[in-house]
Amino acid sequence: MIRLEKRPQPSQAWTTFSPLLAVFLTMVVGGLLFGMLGASPFEAIRTIFWDPLFHPNFAAYSRPQLLVKAGPLILIAIGLSIGFKAGIWNIGAEGQYIMGAICGAGAGLAFYPSESPLIFPLMLLAGLAGGWAWAMIPAVLKTRLGTNEILVSLMLVYVAETILASAASGFLRNPEGMGFPGSRNFKEWGAAHNGELIANTGMHWGVVAAFIAVIAAYVFLSRHIQGFNVRLTGEAPRAARFAGVNPTRVVLFCLGLSGALAGAAGMFEATGPAGQISIDFNAGYGFTAIIVAFLGRLNPIGILLAGLLMALTYIGGELAQLMLSLPGAAIQLFQGMLLFFLLATDVFTNYRIRLSRKEAA
Amino acid sequence: MSDTLLSIRGLTKAYPGVVANDDVSFDIQKGEIHALLGENGAGKSTLVKMIYGLVAPDKGDMSFDGAGHAPSKPSEARQAGVAMVFQHFSLFDALNVAENVALGMENPPAPRDLAKRIREVSELYGLPLDPARMVGTLSAGERQRVEIIRCLLQDPRLLIMDEPTSVLTPQEVEILFETLRKLKAEGTSILYISHKLEEIRALCDHATILRHGKNVGTCIPAESTAREMAEMMVGSSFATPAAHDRELGDVLLDVTGLSLPQQGDFGTPLRDISFQLRAGEVLGLGGVAGNGQDELLMALSGEYLTEAGSVALKGADVSRHGPSARRNAGLLSAPEERLGHAAAPDMSLTENGVLTAAERQNLTSNGLINWGKAQGFAETVIKTFDVRTPGPHVAARALSGGNLQKYVVGREILQDPEVLVINQPTWGVDAAAAASIRQALLDLAAKGAAIVVISQDLDELMEISDRFGALNEGRLSAPRPVAELDMEQIGLMMGGAHGMEVAHVEH
Repeated sequence: MIRLEKRPQPSQAWTTFSPLLAVFLTMVVGGLLFGMLGASPFEAIRTIFWDPLFHPNFAAYSRPQLLVKAGPLILIAIGLSIGFKAGIWNIGAEGQYIMGAICGAGAGLAFYPSESPLIFPLMLLAGLAGGWAWAMIPAVLKTRLGTNEILVSLMLVYVAETILASAASGFLRNPEGMGFPGSRNFKEWGAAHNGELIANTGMHWGVVAAFIAVIAAYVFLSRHIQGFNVRLTGEAPRAARFAGVNPTRVVLFCLGLSGALAGAAGMFEATGPAGQISIDFNAGYGFTAIIVAFLGRLNPIGILLAGLLMALTYIGGELAQLMLSLPGAAIQLFQGMLLFFLLATDVFTNYRIRLSRKEAA
Repeated sequence: MSDTLLSIRGLTKAYPGVVANDDVSFDIQKGEIHALLGENGAGKSTLVKMIYGLVAPDKGDMSFDGAGHAPSKPSEARQAGVAMVFQHFSLFDALNVAENVALGMENPPAPRDLAKRIREVSELYGLPLDPARMVGTLSAGERQRVEIIRCLLQDPRLLIMDEPTSVLTPQEVEILFETLRKLKAEGTSILYISHKLEEIRALCDHATILRHGKNVGTCIPAESTAREMAEMMVGSSFATPAAHDRELGDVLLDVTGLSLPQQGDFGTPLRDISFQLRAGEVLGLGGVAGNGQDELLMALSGEYLTEAGSVALKGADVSRHGPSARRNAGLLSAPEERLGHAAAPDMSLTENGVLTAAERQNLTSNGLINWGKAQGFAETVIKTFDVRTPGPHVAARALSGGNLQKYVVGREILQDPEVLVINQPTWGVDAAAAASIRQALLDLAAKGAAIVVISQDLDELMEISDRFGALNEGRLSAPRPVAELDMEQIGLMMGGAHGMEVAHVEH
């Protein structure tokens, strides 16, 4: 008989290696899945993980994409991870991302066509504020009325998507766009454009912000007393209260922070790689960031690596659709599998398997 | 046919690092109440677990009514006629009494017959109990009756009771004793585990005393003094706390009319609690568990805020201040529940040190934690309070209950509190460590701190307190000097009849 036995304390080795094992298992099962779809498993795995970086024809285009995709994922996941550490589940980063983009873009467009150097910082502040305000809705409802932040934040994603549609085809629509939905193109407006900082690297201000967030989160969680309080709240809420942590403030802080970072990511995306606010501007970064946060063990360095890996599967997945004509759903399944295996292998951090012979009845 | 029901010869059981039972032998006669006496950790539980088939002995044998007795599981022991009432109940709150009883039986009868039998047995033995009541609504004493009736329905020949009175008021204890005497008169033998000497003297025919896993003697309790039995039980291996003739200083903690509405579904509201505590004084608060102990600690620690003016520390009102502010002002506390309340289970001892000591020990600067210093503080606690652990990096949940208790208590004491509120300071701690914790509390009081000790252990409270009060349904009896009290008065205080008792004393 196989039994799970609780470890006296969490295993350090499993904490480190379970993400690697999860990646490996995902490759094996994903390969089988692709095989069943008629593609060669090895070729599919190679297309997803190797070709985007090293293929002689595609790499030049896809390599910069790595940072472009990883930037928002990391920035959002860092914010989410701090909340997750405290046991506060913001599932609606996608909505906060959209609201950040709309507010950031809107604040800038109000001053069009000003070339003031203050335009971009203003848009960034507006993006942060938009995401923060959207996250404050579940935060205030939770602290005042005890609602569940998972449901409220998730539902607000769909509200935000509706607002986005109305913004793109209504109040933010490009007046010179001949009636097509979508805002002005920020790539054509220097003061508001979040362009590449170093040519052909994909590095834009959002990626810089993501790296800064990684370092700040690392220091915050490992050294700062408030970071300690956040962790304590997640580990043992009663002990946190005993220590003097105000649970309401932790909820407001965590949801506010994750909302603001998601909002900033949305603003960076709208003014940079996306270039405009369009109806389908959101690409699911807010949801994928949840996977990134867990894949990175809620650890800032881990999230940095997980964000890059996830970005790779995005780019490689597109490539696999193109080259091997695999269905898009199979790629999404593949990404979901990563979280599934991570959570499954995670069990062994706190438990170990004991084999015991079945006792004679 | 001999008169011996259970005969134990040379039972030995060793666990890694500790010999729980070492060559224990004794006999239980038919129709006697036999006491098994010893401190926490003396090996009483292991011994009865072997009799009940939960643990297999390494060596030695038992015979039950002449036949060999080596149960490999509890159901075999039950078949032989052994029944056991555990100290911790295994009952489901959401089921009624009859359903709970049925769950513990091998072949439960139909629900209606069972309810009828429960009524019969409960009336026969003077244990009033309604089979249709939800267990969640029962008091601790009534829950124990459910367990006892579950055992009695199996017509046991030997009934084992593990510390049955620890959850009962003195009046409930009397009811229980009547039942046990009735059972004895019918020829049922009872193995009665306790460390309460007066109870054993009142109830038991013989007593076997265990110390460090060994049988150190048998006596007839009625013919021995409590003092003689206590000496056998504890040996003279640890110092009893020093007598307390302390000079009392100014009032440090002034609680006036403190009330708190019920928190959660199972909380107890606090009602109009008032007391004053002077520097150098130890106030002992007794009472049966669940009468507001946790709530009072949390209202004093600042986890629950109460009406302005209800809690004053050194003359300043702190009732609207949270735990951090109270800690900075000198009021520290140690809750009863170690894992999850006093300490975070998965965090290291160093981190758990930061949990309450961050500010008083200056473990942070500009909000950044100095982990080196925090580790130093954890190491000091570990060393000073003899916490047995590989080091401060170990997770709190990896420590045994007693060791974690030493760490949690030590963490607060080493921060030099001016007022310390502590709930169940020695719960689950072995006798020597308990003595050292009590001594540390007395030393702290001698240095001029004021201490509130909330405890279920009356002996402990009598030993270290200057004054005693009892909590009953969230009310506190007026604290009175310990020297004036006897057991009967304490019982009445715990039962909530303080008004009557004061009048009685004044006559």
